[in-house]
Amino acid sequence: MVILNWLTAFGKYIMMLKRVFRRPDKMRMFLKRYYTEIYQLGIDSIGIVLVISLFIGAVICIQFKMNIQSSWMPAWVPGYASREIMLLEFSSSIMCLILSGKVGSNIASELGTMRVTQQIDALEIMGVNSANYLILPKITALITIIPILVTFSVAAGIVGAYSIVYIGHIGTIRDLTIGMQYSFHQWFFWMGVIKAMFFAFLITSIASYYGYNVKGGSVEVGKASTNAVVTSSILILVSDTFLTQLLS
Amino acid sequence: MIEIKSINKSFEDKVVLNNIGCTFESGKTNLIIGRSGSGKTVLMNSMVGLIQPDSGEILYDGRNLLNLSKTEMIILRRQMGMLFQGSALFDSMTVLENVMFPLDMFSDESYKERKRRAQFCLDRVNLSDAGDKLPDELSGGMQKRAAIARAIAMQPKYLFCDEPNSGLDPKTSLVIDKLIYEITKENNMTTIVNTHDMNSVMGIGENIVFLYHGSLEWQGNKDEIMTSDNQRLNDFIFASDFSKRLREANE
Repeated sequence: MVILNWLTAFGKYIMMLKRVFRRPDKMRMFLKRYYTEIYQLGIDSIGIVLVISLFIGAVICIQFKMNIQSSWMPAWVPGYASREIMLLEFSSSIMCLILSGKVGSNIASELGTMRVTQQIDALEIMGVNSANYLILPKITALITIIPILVTFSVAAGIVGAYSIVYIGHIGTIRDLTIGMQYSFHQWFFWMGVIKAMFFAFLITSIASYYGYNVKGGSVEVGKASTNAVVTSSILILVSDTFLTQLLS
Repeated sequence: MIEIKSINKSFEDKVVLNNIGCTFESGKTNLIIGRSGSGKTVLMNSMVGLIQPDSGEILYDGRNLLNLSKTEMIILRRQMGMLFQGSALFDSMTVLENVMFPLDMFSDESYKERKRRAQFCLDRVNLSDAGDKLPDELSGGMQKRAAIARAIAMQPKYLFCDEPNSGLDPKTSLVIDKLIYEITKENNMTTIVNTHDMNSVMGIGENIVFLYHGSLEWQGNKDEIMTSDNQRLNDFIFASDFSKRLREANE
């Protein structure tokens, strides 16, 4: 029964995506919504991304310096580890997990409210492909803004590491810089960007699916919001495993 | 003109519409009345294509809605306007943007022309100064009028109004009814109003369809309703003491 429900939901999700990925009725209106979504989903998230990344960068550095480093380990390891963790995992996967909470619940509740207040029905009656009009700009907006968020996150993490070394006196800036520059592979950055773009698609499409298909009232909107965050978080973690293996 | 032929609709085992057949004429305000749960909203949603009936035909000037291709359906829907029970205005847009929305989506006119048309619609519903406001800043009656303005922006051939007076005081209800009636006449639209407001029935009911437990029980106009001997219709129309006394006084 559970499997049948999952298959039904997956089928509905695919059917919805089929309606989403159509040519917009009016390109001007699509672009208008696209820019709005860039702002709401992307620019509005920069603050939280910067704050979290700054502190995580600092904490990784502290952990390596204070708790993991030992006599056999070179002094530049905390810098190296901070950079690699930020590049490979935090700024893509973990940041997207955080965004699935912020952006995912926002999308699900927005669309869910539109559904229960018949705004989506109003679009359909006008002859507008509501899935395309409402969801496509969200998906494309987050996918296009996410590389910028990843870059900001990596940069903030590095700034965090430098800040804690400078302020907390837990090492030297020189050692940290050596570590930060040691054995740098540009591909790691692009791997993070590719993963984050995939996760951005998961976050927006899954949250849209739950919000768009709400039936009932405000309680159902709340449930849809929760389900969107839980489902997209699980799928991010599962797909992260496969993507990391695939891209490494 | 919209013709309904033998429409049936069930949700699981529950029959909601049972072999409904009726005609809604152009240039008239057609009312669908009935108790809560009698199938009014399901019938209206079937007519606009939001619900797929199990069987039957819905003919828009001869074209069967249920046999239309996706493209034909989109074209037909652009000839429809709908006023929802809760107004369904887009809350992220101003009132003017709401009214301009269908024009922005489907009209190739210049921005100036689209804005002029939207302002004309707002003027028509006496909301000339509300264009810059958000829907939340309007009263219930104003929201309904704004929704009417949006519904008529594309000059539709068919106007659907689902419970246009719900949540409004009697005086505001009269204003909405009058507006719907006048707009219908001005544009020769086929207007269908879903209601259980007796003032609407007596005020603008040029063609009334009475549903009872999902079946068509009676069809006529507001004059015929007063003299009908259909017991179920009378029980519904003259349910309150006030309307009973009114009928007795009339007799």
